[in-house]
Amino acid sequence: MIAPLGHFVLFLALGLSGYAGAAGLVGRPRGRPAWQASARNAVLAQFWLVTLALLLLEYALITSDFSLRYVAHTSTRGSLTRYKIAGLWGSLEGSLLLWTWLQAGFTALVVARYHARHPAVLPYVQAVLQGITAFFLLVLTFGVNPFAPLSPIPPDGQGLNPLLEVTDMLVHPLLLYLGYVGFSVPFAFAMAALLTGRLSEEWLRLTRRWTIGAWVCLTAGIFYGGWWSYRTLGWGGYWAWDPVENASFMPWLTGTAFIHSVMIQERKHMLKVWNLLLITLTFALVIFGTFLTRSGILGSVHAFADGPVGILFLGFLALVLLGALGLIAYRAEALKGHGTLDALVSRESAFLLNNVVLLGICFTVFLGTIFPLLTEALRGTKISVGTPYFNRVSVPLGLALLLLMGSGPLLAWGRASLNNLRRNFLKPAGVAAAGAALAALCGLRQAEALAAFFCAVFVIGTIAWEFGTATRTRARITGEGLLPAFATLLLKSRRRYGGLIVHLGVVLAILGIAMSSLYKVEREATLHPGERLAIGPYSVQFHDLQAGERPTHILVWANLTVSRGGTLLATLHPGQRFYPNQQTPFASVDARYHWQADLYTILSTFERDGSSATIKVLINPMMAWIWIGGGVIVLGVLVAVLPERRLALLTVRAKAQPA
Amino acid sequence: MRGRRRTYLLAGGLVLAALGGLVYSGMREALVYFYTPTEVQAQAATLRGKALRVGGMVAAGSVHWEPQTLRLTFVLTDGQTQLPVRHQGTAPDLFKEGAGAVVEGTWVPEGYLRASTIMAKHSEEYRPPTHPETLAGKKALFQSLRPGATP
Repeated sequence: MIAPLGHFVLFLALGLSGYAGAAGLVGRPRGRPAWQASARNAVLAQFWLVTLALLLLEYALITSDFSLRYVAHTSTRGSLTRYKIAGLWGSLEGSLLLWTWLQAGFTALVVARYHARHPAVLPYVQAVLQGITAFFLLVLTFGVNPFAPLSPIPPDGQGLNPLLEVTDMLVHPLLLYLGYVGFSVPFAFAMAALLTGRLSEEWLRLTRRWTIGAWVCLTAGIFYGGWWSYRTLGWGGYWAWDPVENASFMPWLTGTAFIHSVMIQERKHMLKVWNLLLITLTFALVIFGTFLTRSGILGSVHAFADGPVGILFLGFLALVLLGALGLIAYRAEALKGHGTLDALVSRESAFLLNNVVLLGICFTVFLGTIFPLLTEALRGTKISVGTPYFNRVSVPLGLALLLLMGSGPLLAWGRASLNNLRRNFLKPAGVAAAGAALAALCGLRQAEALAAFFCAVFVIGTIAWEFGTATRTRARITGEGLLPAFATLLLKSRRRYGGLIVHLGVVLAILGIAMSSLYKVEREATLHPGERLAIGPYSVQFHDLQAGERPTHILVWANLTVSRGGTLLATLHPGQRFYPNQQTPFASVDARYHWQADLYTILSTFERDGSSATIKVLINPMMAWIWIGGGVIVLGVLVAVLPERRLALLTVRAKAQPA
Repeated sequence: MRGRRRTYLLAGGLVLAALGGLVYSGMREALVYFYTPTEVQAQAATLRGKALRVGGMVAAGSVHWEPQTLRLTFVLTDGQTQLPVRHQGTAPDLFKEGAGAVVEGTWVPEGYLRASTIMAKHSEEYRPPTHPETLAGKKALFQSLRPGATP
């Protein structure tokens, strides 16, 4: 019963798209408000219809209605309810439905929020967002139907891959989708600006929060994914330059570039075309990433022909790019900027260079991701470039980015004088050199590590310097204490200081990435009960193996103790999980997480009589700083965008509480 | 104005050139060619000492593991050709006889693939097990190992 109903609801929602488009067309140019209102209502109704479809699929998932192919595919009777719910985004059809729902929701939200205040642009914004929703509905109705029936009805479903049956599955994909869908809003406003010819900074101002919101969701999603992978997938890493990961990283890079270049347009009214191109590129990369990871094309160019999804996505991508570029060309005359770059050394040019570097990284990642496709299409052989390529290319670019991050915010707009340079940079550069020297004294020898330390200390130095001088100046002028002066400073220029906090988070994360990858130590050995494995300053002793039953699987684990210089530090239990219907066991890693270095253990294999176990031990120095950095980034964004009122409330509450 | 424009073009050109150089050197160092076991066998002479990536199935009954020395040997096959592989260390989670695997390594003169990385085919989609170990077999773990409450 649910199968035809769900499919019908999706068709109905698609039909509403057509109606809303037509009503908008009739309403807008002839100035018929009733038709416009009707188009708006159609958008809202469409959101409720997609919501209904989503709930229908969730209902089928929760009640284990295996007459739906999708349900049989992604859940079993025995799954916990929360993983049944998560089955919605466990596979292609459901995750596209979730995406469509978010898209319809964001569209409805934008329409409800802006139609009264911005009647001139809203019909066009609505049309673009509607078009995107309609595309996804088209994919769901004619491409991959989440409500496809299954017959005969199987007694039980297959269920998610056990690796996905973890709480993280409830968070990571949702954050990514929020980010992806969020970028469609600034894109729609940009297109509306082009369509209406209202090419001032209005569209940037209106969408600033949407952009930052999408960006922070994407950022948090990427960090969370790394953290998840590190804690649960037994390979000790967090990022593999996998196409799926790259697909989320590329729009992040262009989105980051966009957030920066927007500031130049707001300030100097230049780079109008550039900003339009950046947001188009960001949205196009979101679609491209989905195409890449969902069409099966990466497995082989020939897998592409299997499903209609790939062709639909590729067609939509072409439409987005051609439409946006055509509109930009159409408005080329009006888009000529007024401002020029005044000097080579200025905040503008630092931002511009930051854009170039970010796009450079994006381009190299893009090239590396599609390289196997290119070579297969052109020469018939698959040639992949692998992790060494990505690492080699991104390290120097990342360091360049760090240097720019340190210098940009302290350079003056317009033209930076020599005096300005000397005043702002001499001390941080000195401190950075001292920091690198100290790192060298502590035994760091690799050039990359020293460079990373230098850049990181430099950026942290400039940020601290900026906060310090501003706080002191304010305290002197107003006579406040240092701490209140600091708090009001944060409140008064939240965008600037929030941004600096974000930078601090990025630096911490990059430092963690650099140190953990450069100074990783790995050892593996087969141990008999009582034997020890020495690694770095640690000694890991294997005691015995144990087995126990958990609701969904059998767990075998090793009892290990970790000590350093005779002192016991931790007891660890790396293990293997045996699922009833999986051929091979899954690793269940255990680690001692510490801000200096994580000690990470994996039970690779074991003798079934318990006589020995092969243990892999990794020391990952400063790994924790990656996740701390991610947290600081989110914090910085909150400072930058939270409404003033709410932040003030928070500070008042903090002051009210005695320390 | 003209002089300034030239400066910017020059700066932009330098940046692009640096980027191009970076990509080129990265590519040269990291290119890994993808082969099937049959292709490796056919071009054995020219491939010697090169970094390659070979995809195939782990031949049934071919996996040999020495726990003390951590030496893993197996045969990778594409149905036609059997390619011997040697690896120092344990295999990844989903590695299993009869399952797909991609091995990255070098083809050595002695006529085997010295693996640096083994990747077992990982997929979000579930495939029904062909020869699952029976639940009873897994439960036998309780008899050989000390049972306990899970940590």
